[in-house]
Amino acid sequence: MKKFLALVFASALTLSLVACGNKDAAESTEETAVVAEETAETEDVVLPAEEETEASEESAYMTYADYAATAVDEEVTVKVYVQATQSWWDNTITVYAADADGAYFIYNMACTEEDAAKLVPGTEIIVTGVKGEWEGEVEIMDATFEFGTDATFEATAVDATAALGTDAITDYMNQKVSFTDMTVEAVSYKNNEPGDDIYVTLSKDGNNYEFCLEYYLNGSDEEFYNTVGNLEVGATVDVECFLYFYQGPDGHLTKVTVK
Amino acid sequence: MMNIKKNLIRFSILFLLPLALSGCHKPKKTATFQVPESFDENKNYEITFWAKNDTNVTQADVYRKAISDFEKLYPNITVNFKLYTDYGKIYNDVITNISTNTTPNVCITYPDHIATYLTGNGNVVPLDELLKDPRYGFGGSEVKFDSPDYDEIIPEFLNEGVLFDHNYAIPFMRSTEALYINETYVNKLGYEIPDVVTWDFIFEVSEKAMEQDAEGNFKINGQKVLIPFIYKSTDNMMIQMLNQLGAGYSDPDGNIKIFNDDTKKILLDLSKEVKKGTFSTFKISGYPANFLNAGQCIFAVDSTAGSTWMGSDAPLLDISEENIVRFKTVVRPVPQYDAGNISMISQGPSICIFNKDDAGEVLASWLFAEFLLTDDIQIGYATTEGYVPVTTKARNNKEYHNYLKLAGFDNKEHYDIKIDATTLLLNNTDKTFTTAVFNGSASLRDAAGQLIESVTKSVRRKKTVDDAFIDNLYKETISLYHLDSLNKGFTEDLGPLPKASKVLITILITTWLIIGFVYLLRLIRNRQKKRV
Repeated sequence: MKKFLALVFASALTLSLVACGNKDAAESTEETAVVAEETAETEDVVLPAEEETEASEESAYMTYADYAATAVDEEVTVKVYVQATQSWWDNTITVYAADADGAYFIYNMACTEEDAAKLVPGTEIIVTGVKGEWEGEVEIMDATFEFGTDATFEATAVDATAALGTDAITDYMNQKVSFTDMTVEAVSYKNNEPGDDIYVTLSKDGNNYEFCLEYYLNGSDEEFYNTVGNLEVGATVDVECFLYFYQGPDGHLTKVTVK
Repeated sequence: MMNIKKNLIRFSILFLLPLALSGCHKPKKTATFQVPESFDENKNYEITFWAKNDTNVTQADVYRKAISDFEKLYPNITVNFKLYTDYGKIYNDVITNISTNTTPNVCITYPDHIATYLTGNGNVVPLDELLKDPRYGFGGSEVKFDSPDYDEIIPEFLNEGVLFDHNYAIPFMRSTEALYINETYVNKLGYEIPDVVTWDFIFEVSEKAMEQDAEGNFKINGQKVLIPFIYKSTDNMMIQMLNQLGAGYSDPDGNIKIFNDDTKKILLDLSKEVKKGTFSTFKISGYPANFLNAGQCIFAVDSTAGSTWMGSDAPLLDISEENIVRFKTVVRPVPQYDAGNISMISQGPSICIFNKDDAGEVLASWLFAEFLLTDDIQIGYATTEGYVPVTTKARNNKEYHNYLKLAGFDNKEHYDIKIDATTLLLNNTDKTFTTAVFNGSASLRDAAGQLIESVTKSVRRKKTVDDAFIDNLYKETISLYHLDSLNKGFTEDLGPLPKASKVLITILITTWLIIGFVYLLRLIRNRQKKRV
């Protein structure tokens, strides 16, 4: 009888736990469904199955030149490599990406928190979305992605100092670039206090250029945050950044060297 | 004796087990707040305040001064301040912190959000008792600052914080949306701007503005870029359009009514404008103010709390000097369907307080919240943007009257467009409305905006937008925002139990019956043994 009672208890407990567990599973399915629905809106390009040949896979992706030539509001599919990400939030993540020929800014790409952790620099991903332009920044919006092969690529910063103040600067949009011998003109915290973005104005040959330490990109790097926050007006610096645009070049700083 | 003990233990376990299991889904609830007899000024309190500003450092400075002034009055209270520039982020952070019982003490919020906090066991303090408490309430005898009286809080604004028959929020600032117009271009196109602008007027003028020269430049501005009409908050756009038409959106019982034929007509009409290139949104193209100031937009709708960014002489600008175009800006109510029957949304931040174990800490939080409604802060914050104070006390303050009178005196504090936007709301408070608040109303609001965004994007992406498209969009939107599974309040009938729960309950009942049966069987046998 004791064994029977133990069995009854065990069954009741197990079923109770299963009932609890089912709820989570249901919620998880629901979340997936939401992402899938968001995907459905834009995902017209069908990627080849994994078993298909490399050649046919390649044909499904745009080259950077094709992407650059694509008009705004057109759908795009690109194979790119993660260079950096902003913080994951609300099932989306913003990605700075590149391939050997150019760079991409992928805004609020649908992504689970679990997948976001895997988007480390160099990771190959296939992104499908719509080309958009927001305040001068050309980006991929409403994007979804899947992981690519194990191939990796990390771009090195290109010196774009000579392009400052010229139309040629647009050619470097979204790329990892460097600017040398810049003079610090102003540093200010968003909201007038640390804890959010830092706006930095640098000059070269008498012209001012705007930069930003984007908090969601690298605000958690305390040392870097303090370095930028403590920059002194008049100091000479070399900087590296992802060349984001907002009403003109507005690089998201990734490295600052005080000379 | 041993048998009794064993039986007691068994019964305890049997009673506790279902309780433990049923407790799986119930997070810890803090005791209901009771106003303490007095505020202990010898005890130190540390409270957190999460606030939002409109990317406007002056507003951040007003908050900081408020904290500093308050801490001087109450040296035993320390206010830790966290500043956001997005209501959505505050909302998400609060939701995250509810599960860990680490919500802030005082929080700038929207009633829509409070409805969700409440159903998430957010322990938001009902303020009914505190509002009128003779010692610590508005105008209370023990309050150390010149608090407004209860009757001096504008009742329409105070009522916006009533949810489920309790007052869970006090208003902090109020604003509405305004239509900012490049009058120079409208006149150049051969039109005069009426006092109340209709949707038809906007689309007529916008269409005329689309004329281009042989080189592809728009004749009106000589530029390659022109989006005549840009709307910042498409959720407000849809809500106001429906309200003006008297069409369904939601009701106080939490019933969703937006997916109707009026909405469909609005969307189909709008799709035609998008196709002509006359209309776009902030999310798709950028800030209306930037386009307006660059001469690339003629009609920009944004909050009155964004008025300092509007116009050639705006004190806050995001575009470079060489891109600014000179023009005359005028401010009007948001576009209307019926010029004789104006309707505009009431919006703006409210304040809520989260419950804590220590009633003294909650009282300290309340005192700070109450302090935010004093004249200095009300006037100080309202004048940073096109906000209006929420108390008649501040509105009747001579300092505030002087501020309004000096419209156009300078392009900073007295920037005329900002004060015009403020006056627009002051003169039309009786024509403002709010939507019903319930658990899920925040999602419904998002969905309302998403309908316009989706249609706009789809037309731009050359998809066919017709009846079938809208029907499908309705289905997708309902599913995406879970509008078919809203829990509307605390006491709603939740419908039939899920199958898993039914099975679980059946098993538990069966187990109890078997145990009872076995127990009785043993009892009978034991008695029979004793008789033997």
